[in-house]
Amino acid sequence: MSAIEIIPLQWYITLSALLFGLGVLGVLFRRNAIVILMCIEMMLNAVNLLLVAFSAHHSDPHAQVFVFFVMAVAAAEVAVGLAILIAIYRNTRTTDIDFLNQLKH
Amino acid sequence: MTTTEILFFILTGIAFFSGAMVVMSRNPVYSVLYLITMFFAIAGHYILLNAQFLAVVHIIVYAGAIMVLFLFVIMMLNLNKDTEPHNPPWVKIAAVIAGGMMMATLVGALKETATPLTKTNYDTTIGTVERLGNVLFSDFLIPFELSSALFLAAMVGAVMLSKKNIH
Repeated sequence: MSAIEIIPLQWYITLSALLFGLGVLGVLFRRNAIVILMCIEMMLNAVNLLLVAFSAHHSDPHAQVFVFFVMAVAAAEVAVGLAILIAIYRNTRTTDIDFLNQLKH
Repeated sequence: MTTTEILFFILTGIAFFSGAMVVMSRNPVYSVLYLITMFFAIAGHYILLNAQFLAVVHIIVYAGAIMVLFLFVIMMLNLNKDTEPHNPPWVKIAAVIAGGMMMATLVGALKETATPLTKTNYDTTIGTVERLGNVLFSDFLIPFELSSALFLAAMVGAVMLSKKNIH
């Protein structure tokens, strides 16, 4: 037995939309680049949850393989993103994104 | 109300509360810890949806690898409550209004659009390693091999970026 037989698909859609919206809110709300990366992870997780819910609803394992690839890309993204942040921190001594506007000036 | 529904609501509550706390916490270390709580709640959702393999991989990748990366970087850069930069209040209010409107639009638009087929014969074995492995190594063989190249590139890139002096 699976939860998708009992719980309507709309509830999963609503939960994913709420989590995605929270991620967007975090990206707009915070200035620390590391927390912004975390909020991007939250958005990726909301999408993953929706993919798994649809996969269970359609009884199709292909969507779960997609989630697998999304996780792989998320892990690579975090590794490179944090390496870039460390390189930036070494030069500017801050992870505040408002100071990272050298291209503008 | 069945057990599954109660579990769904508990997990949803934990996920939403910790997601909100990731955004609200002033200390970045607390943000990471709340993020891990959210990852565990989502892994619980995967188990409820009979995606056992994904739940285990999710915990290993996120709560294992990504949490360590985030915590390591935050502690290496010595970020804490005192060094945390803050937006001026009007930016925060604007962010809450914009994010809240986006959330309301997404929920409102997606709530009605889905037309769930009323099925009776759900296949509950799609989340097993056997079924996923069959799909992964037949239909998705080339993307699977390409993702290894992606990881190699990411690894080389991360090492290159964090090296001190590159001549």
